[in-house]
Amino acid sequence: MAQIRIENVRKEFGAFTAVQSSTFTIEDGEFFMLLGPSGCGKTTTLRMMAGLELPTSGEIFIDGEEVGMKPASQRDIAFVFQMFALYPHMNVGKNISYPLLSQGMPKAQVTKKVGEIAEILGITDILKKSVGGLSGGDRQRVALGRAIVRDPKAFFMDEPLGALDAEFREHMSEELRALHDRMNATTVYVTHDQLEAMQMGDKIVVMNHGVVEQFGVPQDIYDWPATKFVAQFIGSPPMNFLDFSGMVGTGTTEVRLDDIPVQIPESREGANGRLTFGIRPEHVKLDDTSRYRGKVIATEYLGTTQIVTLETSNGLIKARLSSADKVRVDETAGLTFDPRTITLFNSETGQALRSAANLEVLGNG
Amino acid sequence: MSFSVTEPTKGTKWFAGFLVVAYAIITLVPLLWIVATGFKSPADSIAYPPVVVFEPTLEGYVNLFTDRTRATDDMLAEAGPPETWYDEIARERGTIITGPSRYGERFLNSVIIGFGSTALCMILGTAAAYAFSRFRVPLKDDLLFFILSTRMMPPIAVAIPIFLMFRNLGLNDTHLGMILLYTAVNLSLSVWLLKGFIDEIPMEYEEAALIDGYTRFQAFYKVVLPQAATGIASTAIFCLIFAWNEYAFAVLLTSGTAQTAPPFIPNIIGVNGKDWPAVAAGATIFLVPVMVFTVLLRKHLLRGITFGAVRK
Repeated sequence: MAQIRIENVRKEFGAFTAVQSSTFTIEDGEFFMLLGPSGCGKTTTLRMMAGLELPTSGEIFIDGEEVGMKPASQRDIAFVFQMFALYPHMNVGKNISYPLLSQGMPKAQVTKKVGEIAEILGITDILKKSVGGLSGGDRQRVALGRAIVRDPKAFFMDEPLGALDAEFREHMSEELRALHDRMNATTVYVTHDQLEAMQMGDKIVVMNHGVVEQFGVPQDIYDWPATKFVAQFIGSPPMNFLDFSGMVGTGTTEVRLDDIPVQIPESREGANGRLTFGIRPEHVKLDDTSRYRGKVIATEYLGTTQIVTLETSNGLIKARLSSADKVRVDETAGLTFDPRTITLFNSETGQALRSAANLEVLGNG
Repeated sequence: MSFSVTEPTKGTKWFAGFLVVAYAIITLVPLLWIVATGFKSPADSIAYPPVVVFEPTLEGYVNLFTDRTRATDDMLAEAGPPETWYDEIARERGTIITGPSRYGERFLNSVIIGFGSTALCMILGTAAAYAFSRFRVPLKDDLLFFILSTRMMPPIAVAIPIFLMFRNLGLNDTHLGMILLYTAVNLSLSVWLLKGFIDEIPMEYEEAALIDGYTRFQAFYKVVLPQAATGIASTAIFCLIFAWNEYAFAVLLTSGTAQTAPPFIPNIIGVNGKDWPAVAAGATIFLVPVMVFTVLLRKHLLRGITFGAVRK
């Protein structure tokens, strides 16, 4: 298994730029998620790593070797396609053995190896079957078998669970993660599902419009988003944004929302003008002693918790509260915000302002 | 896949069955008539009203495959008793077989030219269709239109330039010349048909093969071609049927060595009067290779090989 490094990789299709200068590193043994909405360039990035697309510029290192211009067949990686792409004219066993045959492995050894892999994936009984009649889950397992059979340097997966039923997806994602740990693999996984990314990933890259928005461990990205896009894309419901005008400087610990002072983590960056106050729903509490007030316009029951939507003078805000709390629509309530969890954004650029709280995650850059 | 919402009623099924049978009869009767005529005597073949029940004879086939001369009684006496069954048939008509006719040769020419041009057309067509389907070819749409446009006028419209060109190149009346000509005419059709078939094969298959350590050519050969077998087979049948049946160019450009069967069959008429059984025998034999080819490839004509391997 290997470390993968992407440096200033860029991909243009004619006039359209699919990926703009991406840089990140995938450490050996990591389960790495490429996350973003459709059309954000995540699949293109993965395909460049795999050698199915050639980068317009930039460098890709697999195991320390620059492979940017090498064909896929020479990169020693495995790819699991969203639609599985099992060879339809071969049976299950032949599909799994196909990568070994290209290496010229002796037949007896191939049979043994395919048997081992089938054992791991629990598909020994379908080895002789044609791939046409398989269920979604079995197809997925065959595709995985074809990927792991030759111990590649890395696994690349393009939304491998996208074609499965929701119910089965949960189960398969656990299987995938277990398989990754067992193989000690380096896995790069493309998804548009933020929950999947947080559940399975050791690290996440969030992309939008061909740009890497943020790169880090799931918790850091969730707690301390680098941009408004990340704050909104991750979490369900997403982070609340309250727009206001004001000024913060280095050392500021308070902003005024609707002329009411609200505590924030100590700012390490100055900004003036239109700002956005960001807070996750679970950090919003109802407290009638607070002077900052909102009117409840909707409640959404989710079992143990409920999502309460309130209208404030700075816009809508959602709070995740215990279902035990009694909240009635149309009542007015005071709102408090956990001061340790607040992120301020520059409304114009969408960038998070650095504070004592997020400095460690976002760095000084 | 779609299913009809209502199950057809018994009446509908009978009606559909009746239509199919009726259509089959309408198509097959002329064919059966030709086959039957091949086994009639010349008198039966032109009898009016037409005879349906007749005593079969191989005279038509004998006449097709042999050259004969009308013999006087002296000549017949001199030749002695007939040695073979076909000799006997000829003698009954007062003729003596002087040697084999050129039909066998012409038939072989048809086989060489028909299958040769079909094979060449498939090789070039598949390669071109794959390139058009998968790669960013400059001016792709214009090129495809140009290729199609070669088919927009009847090929015979350029017969005279082609005749002159062939004469200068020494391709007149050669197998190679006819193979090249039929390939050129068929290629546009095969590129367009095959591009459609290859477009339908998801790219992921080749990409999977590339990832699995195969070169682009291996991926094409081992993964794309088996998937495209259906399309290649049906396109090959189209090409073969055209090359096999082509008449006008064959008349114009061939006479001796490379003449195919279609211009030869009408030659039979006139040698010894209108010998319809021989013509029908020639047509019957001429039908066989295309039928065999189609039957051999019918497995590939059935769609559904790729069904279900990629979820759509």
